[in-house]
Amino acid sequence: MIDPNILSRHNLTPEEYDLIVRLVGREPNLTELGIFSAMWSEHCSYKSSKIHLKKLPTGGKNVVQGPGENAGIIDIGDGRVVVFKIESHNHPSFIEPFQGAATGVGGILRDIFTMGARPIALMDSLRFGPLENPRNRSIMDGVVAGISAYGNAIGVPTVGGEVYFGEVYSLNPLVNVFCLGLADKDKIFYARTEDAGNAVLYVGAKTGRDGIHGASMASQEFGEDTETKRPNVQVGDPFKEKLLLEACLEVMDRHLIVGIQDMGAAGLTCSTTEMPAKSGRGVEIDLGLVPQREAGMTPDEIMLSESQERMLIACKPERVEEVQAAFAKWDLDAVAIGRVTGDGRLRCRFHGEIVVDVPVSAVVDLCPMYKRPYEAPEAAPRPTETGRYPLPADWNGTLKRLLASSTIAEKEWIYRQYDHMVQTNTAHLPGAGAAVLRIKGSSKGLVMTLDGNGLYAHLDPRTGGMIAVAEACRNLACVGARPVGVTNCLNFGNPEKPEVMGQFKEVVEGISEACRTFEIPVTGGNVSFYNDTEGVSIYPTPVLGIVGLLDDMAKAVTPGFKAEGEAIILLGETRDELGGTEYLKVIHGREEGAPPGLDLERERAVQETCLEAVGLGLVRSAHDPSEGGLAVCAAECAFHGPGGIGFAIDLQGGHRPDVLLFAESQSRILVTSKQEDIAKVLDLAKERGVPAAVIGRTGGASLKFSLEGRTLIDLPAAEAKTIWMNAIPEYFKISGETENGR
Amino acid sequence: MKFGVVVFPGSNCDFDTVHALREVIGRPTEILWHKDHDLRGADCVVLPGGFSYGDYLRSGAIARFSPLMQEVREFAEKGGLVLGICNGFQVLLELGLLPGAMLRNKGLKFLCRFVTVRVENAGTRFTNAGRKGQVLRMPIAHFDGNYYADPAVLEDIERNGRIVFRYCDPDGRLTDEANVNGSLHAIAGLTNARGNVMGMMPHPERASEAILGSTDGRIVFESLLRAIAS
Repeated sequence: MIDPNILSRHNLTPEEYDLIVRLVGREPNLTELGIFSAMWSEHCSYKSSKIHLKKLPTGGKNVVQGPGENAGIIDIGDGRVVVFKIESHNHPSFIEPFQGAATGVGGILRDIFTMGARPIALMDSLRFGPLENPRNRSIMDGVVAGISAYGNAIGVPTVGGEVYFGEVYSLNPLVNVFCLGLADKDKIFYARTEDAGNAVLYVGAKTGRDGIHGASMASQEFGEDTETKRPNVQVGDPFKEKLLLEACLEVMDRHLIVGIQDMGAAGLTCSTTEMPAKSGRGVEIDLGLVPQREAGMTPDEIMLSESQERMLIACKPERVEEVQAAFAKWDLDAVAIGRVTGDGRLRCRFHGEIVVDVPVSAVVDLCPMYKRPYEAPEAAPRPTETGRYPLPADWNGTLKRLLASSTIAEKEWIYRQYDHMVQTNTAHLPGAGAAVLRIKGSSKGLVMTLDGNGLYAHLDPRTGGMIAVAEACRNLACVGARPVGVTNCLNFGNPEKPEVMGQFKEVVEGISEACRTFEIPVTGGNVSFYNDTEGVSIYPTPVLGIVGLLDDMAKAVTPGFKAEGEAIILLGETRDELGGTEYLKVIHGREEGAPPGLDLERERAVQETCLEAVGLGLVRSAHDPSEGGLAVCAAECAFHGPGGIGFAIDLQGGHRPDVLLFAESQSRILVTSKQEDIAKVLDLAKERGVPAAVIGRTGGASLKFSLEGRTLIDLPAAEAKTIWMNAIPEYFKISGETENGR
Repeated sequence: MKFGVVVFPGSNCDFDTVHALREVIGRPTEILWHKDHDLRGADCVVLPGGFSYGDYLRSGAIARFSPLMQEVREFAEKGGLVLGICNGFQVLLELGLLPGAMLRNKGLKFLCRFVTVRVENAGTRFTNAGRKGQVLRMPIAHFDGNYYADPAVLEDIERNGRIVFRYCDPDGRLTDEANVNGSLHAIAGLTNARGNVMGMMPHPERASEAILGSTDGRIVFESLLRAIAS
């Protein structure tokens, strides 16, 4: 019978087990227990996080679908909607980097096309340990290759993303994958069975023994036995998924089906319970009819397999043949494995015997929600006393070291392995703060970005959460786009630790406050807990995926300088804030202090100034200082410009030179304008109470910073660019090869 | 004048190519299903980029057995115009309509980026709208684009002007660095002996609109229009 050992293996508490017995009305058998174990796992049930996630704003006039479905949906006008979501694949990617990352891409793609949308863009937020360690290089190489293999083959461009490096991610890398799809508003599909009597069809790949208990695995800490979990990771087949994508979109386009759900975490279990639960129905299936890749699979293996590239479809019985014909065109099976019932139960037969008989609502809706104890994080650290850090003697050398640090260095080595142009919508190449896609047949554009700084959130969770939202919106403002919706991926340690739960609560509240200020709805996302290995938790790492809309593609602005002799204007102000900066980390070896402060009203005013200036055509380039501060920001503008246009910036005193150059003060945007437009830009800033000043001009072949006329930095632009370009490729050099510059 | 774009399972530049031909070049374009036996009256057949059959075997190795390839082969043998782009080029090599083979890129990584290629022969039906020595900016996106052929084949295609494009630097010079995938003789595109079949690794359909960063790819499609009209 069920003993404590079995329960522990299923990651269920005795109290949860007692509740299961009450809900089922008897002791569950092992297959049934497996079903509850998967669906009540943290990964599927959000049992620790839901109480806090409720604080996020989710409504808005353009929200077609908020949290609770496979992905969120926002109306973008002209009869079109965007469908988007971000999801983590951290645990599988640590165990098996290539397949873990590849199936992360496969899974998020299914979440999008299961709703009737054609996926048009992917982005990734990645966290690795320092590249000096060969094991971290091997993980990064595998993750990038996995994303590349899946996304490239299926033909969805990976148009951007972000990557940070830090020791805390050495034993727990993060792989968060974002996908956005485009659909006609009248062709959205949901995970529903609708009426009793409807047919239940299994489509796509056959079921094998891979990924069994994957959802439970993702809901536990890792210890020394990580290697033994390799078989829990699934194997991806992007070709099969491409066929599935085309076939699914075809049956949806022809309105042949009534509902559809992908089989991701918890596989057949999840789809056969969630779909009927949402329609207040039940489902009866014959497990013997499920296409199987290997002989002798048991009912619980079939129910809990996380084999990839599978979907469950509900359709009217008279449509079954048409659906099957559509799948046959793409050489895919569509097998009727059961039917929708009116009794609200999931009933599975296997060789004539009933092996599962449980109420679907118990599985889907009645998992206990936890109000886990939390400890408020230590009082936010005091602003760093800048005087503690010795001033660098060599400013040129300091900038060079920052440009060569992995977090700041150019990521072309990564994104050139991704097909970022397929589907011919990519209007701005990767490498900037935000990705920009045109919409065929429209003058509108879509802008999207991922952002999140784990170190900030570690030092001050609430501020870290707010900054993630503010900075993502700022990235959109630099292009000229307003945000329309948010998805988030919240990566944390073990929620059973009160300090982790405290971080979670603070971060969510910070995100919530910032989203309310910007009036943007959170339409869904993903929580990844248990990012702990050998007892060490990662930094709390919220990753925000924000989607924005450009009314006129022709007005989109890029970060690169455009011509010599243009004015460089700083919107916002630099403050004495070195805490949590990349400068402190790289140059002084310290991860400490308070992260930069954030005044949401000021942030909004700065962004509005930028948006209006872009709208009026006054801005030639725009980029926001983030890691590495103003110095790195200006250098990047030079690197992104044609032919390496340099600049001369003269800083005004009031702070130490390292603060002026490298502080990561928020609510700043560096723009360039033609000389004749300077006054107009400054006026726009003044109207909103935003400090703004001309701090230099573009031109020359050097990156020059001076402090009240005295030279601090004078570095040939070409040399600086080479350092920035080559830093990451150097770690991956094949002996005898030279890396190509751009 | 009509184009036909073949769709194999796993093609993923099919829509892009159809979009460029219909919306940018403005010509009727048929979608040709690989299981059919009908070219639907196309004057030029395009094999698009992608990962036909997942490219789990050699790139293009399975697609050559698609039913429609019988018609494509006959069409080419009769002098019909056939353009293979990226995976389409790989299929043409597997079909034997073009000589040689593709190896993995020299860096052993998938490579997606803009490159510059030099028009080596402006007398072909695929380049007559350009001029010899012209430098075109187009994207590549492939893992297996490192062209290989034995010395006799290379000598033959060199001597007969069958090399259409070579990877070059932005000023048109041939350098090791500009030859991004390590192709022999920096070959980025070549024709058959008769000059009616061309394969190229760069994607002209991704370089046909200013909003995508280049319109140089239109030269290939516009050359085809001229060739068919004459």
